[in-house]
Amino acid sequence: MSNVKKRKLIDKGFHILVFLTTLFGLLILSILLFDILKDGLKWINIEFFTNFTSRFAEKAGIRAPLFGSIWIITITMIFAFPIGVGSALYLEEYSDDKKILTKIIKLNISNLAGVPSIVFGILGLGIFVNFLGFGRSILSGALTLTLLILPIIIVSSQEAIKSVPKELRHGAYALGATKWQVVKGVVLPYSLPGILTGSILAIARALGETAPLIIIGAVTFIAFIPESIFDKFTTLPMQVYNWSTMPQTEFHDLAAGAIIILLILLLGANAVAIILRNKYQNRIK
Amino acid sequence: MYAIQEKSKKINRNKIKKRNVKERCIKIILFLLASISILTTIGIVIILSRETISFLREVSIIEFLTGTEWTALFANPKFGVLPLVMGTLMIAVYGSFIAIPIGLGSAIYLSEYASEKTRKIVKPLLEILSGIPSIVYGYFALTFITPLLQKVIPDINIFNALSASVAVGIMIIPMISSLSEDAMKAVPNEIRQGAYALGATKFEVSIKIVVPAALSSIISSFVLAISRAIGETMIVSLAAGSTPKLTLNPLESVQTMTSFIVQVASGDVTHGSLIYKTIFAVGMLLFLITLIMNIIARMIIKKYREEY
Amino acid sequence: MNIKIDVKNLDFFYGDFKALNNINIEIEENKVTAFIGPSGCGKSTFIRTMNRMNDLIDGTKHVGEIIYEGKNIYSSEVDVVELRTKVGMVFQKPNPFPKSIYENIVFGPKRNGIKKKAELDRIVETSLKDAALWEEVKDRLDSSAWSLSGGQQQRLCIARALAMKPDVLLMDEPTSALDPVATSKIEELIGELKDKYTIVIVTHSMQQAGRISDNTAFFLMGKLIEYGETSKIFSNPEDKRTEDYITGRFG
Repeated sequence: MSNVKKRKLIDKGFHILVFLTTLFGLLILSILLFDILKDGLKWINIEFFTNFTSRFAEKAGIRAPLFGSIWIITITMIFAFPIGVGSALYLEEYSDDKKILTKIIKLNISNLAGVPSIVFGILGLGIFVNFLGFGRSILSGALTLTLLILPIIIVSSQEAIKSVPKELRHGAYALGATKWQVVKGVVLPYSLPGILTGSILAIARALGETAPLIIIGAVTFIAFIPESIFDKFTTLPMQVYNWSTMPQTEFHDLAAGAIIILLILLLGANAVAIILRNKYQNRIK
Repeated sequence: MYAIQEKSKKINRNKIKKRNVKERCIKIILFLLASISILTTIGIVIILSRETISFLREVSIIEFLTGTEWTALFANPKFGVLPLVMGTLMIAVYGSFIAIPIGLGSAIYLSEYASEKTRKIVKPLLEILSGIPSIVYGYFALTFITPLLQKVIPDINIFNALSASVAVGIMIIPMISSLSEDAMKAVPNEIRQGAYALGATKFEVSIKIVVPAALSSIISSFVLAISRAIGETMIVSLAAGSTPKLTLNPLESVQTMTSFIVQVASGDVTHGSLIYKTIFAVGMLLFLITLIMNIIARMIIKKYREEY
Repeated sequence: MNIKIDVKNLDFFYGDFKALNNINIEIEENKVTAFIGPSGCGKSTFIRTMNRMNDLIDGTKHVGEIIYEGKNIYSSEVDVVELRTKVGMVFQKPNPFPKSIYENIVFGPKRNGIKKKAELDRIVETSLKDAALWEEVKDRLDSSAWSLSGGQQQRLCIARALAMKPDVLLMDEPTSALDPVATSKIEELIGELKDKYTIVIVTHSMQQAGRISDNTAFFLMGKLIEYGETSKIFSNPEDKRTEDYITGRFG
């Protein structure tokens, strides 16, 4: 009996322990959000959006990084979406799983997903900035982020494509449709919500990336809005980094303000992804 | 009549031919898109090795890999990479001291103890934690963790490895907890019930049955998380400082491989200079280390699958 | 004749769904009692109340009593962990732990504080012998339990339950996932085990109930329709519904 009592006591203690570890994560999340809101909220007003950055904290704003981020993720999406979905279609619909080449592509994608983002920055610096001569431009940054988020888009698109029921495909083939007609008419429409969900999450990742763009962009004091893909740029996370490295705490608070805007954008993207996912799941049911 | 039939057959054949050409073109285009990921890897390897080889023409590989002094930005530079490697590993290891127990604890709680209702609320919240960009954790380390540490340990450096370790640890918690939880959830329920029917407590079922059954995936999640910590850049750039030092003392300011690369790239670097090449040499080392760890993680899981 | 388990006015609910309706039954010691009835009749739910395995499902509740050793097993006096060490269970699908054969058997005894290697070795041997598995596995006790065949795995699960020296052994359709040869081995084993244990078995096959049980209870839609000696239930049932089921008119 005492043995059972002891074991139950251990169980209870362990229950409390693992509950506390879970609580720790949630606690950190709330502290982090509170810390950032406390520092940054007071800086957010109209001027914060319309001003460029400045040597004086009170005159500084996020006009350039906000536009820079929008430029970067738009161009990134234009490249990454078709390449990612096309790759996934090839792997799921066209490739022969037994072929060595297919295996290599799949293995390679999972390896790429584990490569640190800064290494992609170095790749971008070597290829896009210097070798292809695009310079420290939006184009170089967007191409680099494209390569970075490709594995995410490919893998999530593959999952979405896999979920298309065989019966649907066979139904279309039985009507004499060609492979591409089946893909275009059945597979893509059916898997599109899943593909979009994954792509939005990938874009959210690109929106928050800092390291590769610092390697590519370098310049963070930018006081103009980019007008073409060959212009220099800064982004919200780059601006956060830049302000955080300043010694004055006013700039740290500015960084918190920029983080708030960044988090709102990310949360918005995630919300859209969740709504899409729910709609998608309901349809499958 | 016959001639018309012949003609329509010919048109039909042309149509089929055209269609087949189109189908083949589409396949080729899609294949080319899929091969971009291969080209990316080839690109990484070529770019890194080209500049690394050129770097190693000026600095001997022995000095690079075994030297204990890294003063790349000084007038009389020394290129011993060990201090950077040490700084990187120290932060990754100390970070995982925080992340492994907490991540695994959360995973056990969510998989074994929490009710379905609690799980549905807590899991998405933890997912938010994993969606926060690392620059935000860097800011958090700098403006919250470091001041907190300074209150507890007065003589700690403003830039120190400990603060960065804590933030890196927090950042990789969701990775460990979600991968481990998935692995534990995959353990069939019948096996749990078998243990409960023998009078085992929840603790015993978790620790003696579920965790051992999912062990390979759990360990591989640790490896992946540590690999992620090794490649982490923004937290260490903001919080750990930029003093390459061969030390295991977390209270000191150190430099990691990644924060060195950022430091160089943030300055004015002339294309082709020796300092430009160090980015690639250090990057190569970083790439190899994380690649090896990811391969190890995959091998751990694969080995397990063969056993049963 | 001793009563081992006495169930009084038991109702059982999954959320709002009433799965068991006013069950009253007395399980006799050292007998094999079979529960039969069509799918969804509540026989599996019922056997799982007897060692409180249903506690693991959210949103279940019960009304009534299950008296074992003079106490209601649902009362606060009775510890569920201890209860399950005395009332063992074998499941539909063999569910060995992903560990060695040896480790599967000693899992329970170790939890109960038995640490000496010699004693554990002895328990492993006797349990496996009782489960008629010893001869087949004695040379490979360290190999994975998952390397055994389905029938062997199920006998291992029985041995694992026996290692706890239980009082009652609950078996929830233990042969439904097995081939005929393995099934007959398990049935033979049940005949031998009833000298030492009280056995309750849920079975989907009436032939099996007829072959191995002393008493049979027939369930229908959450109710206990008829309970008595197996020979009587099968040859001369009192209730029309029992007769319909036995003669294969439904179910």
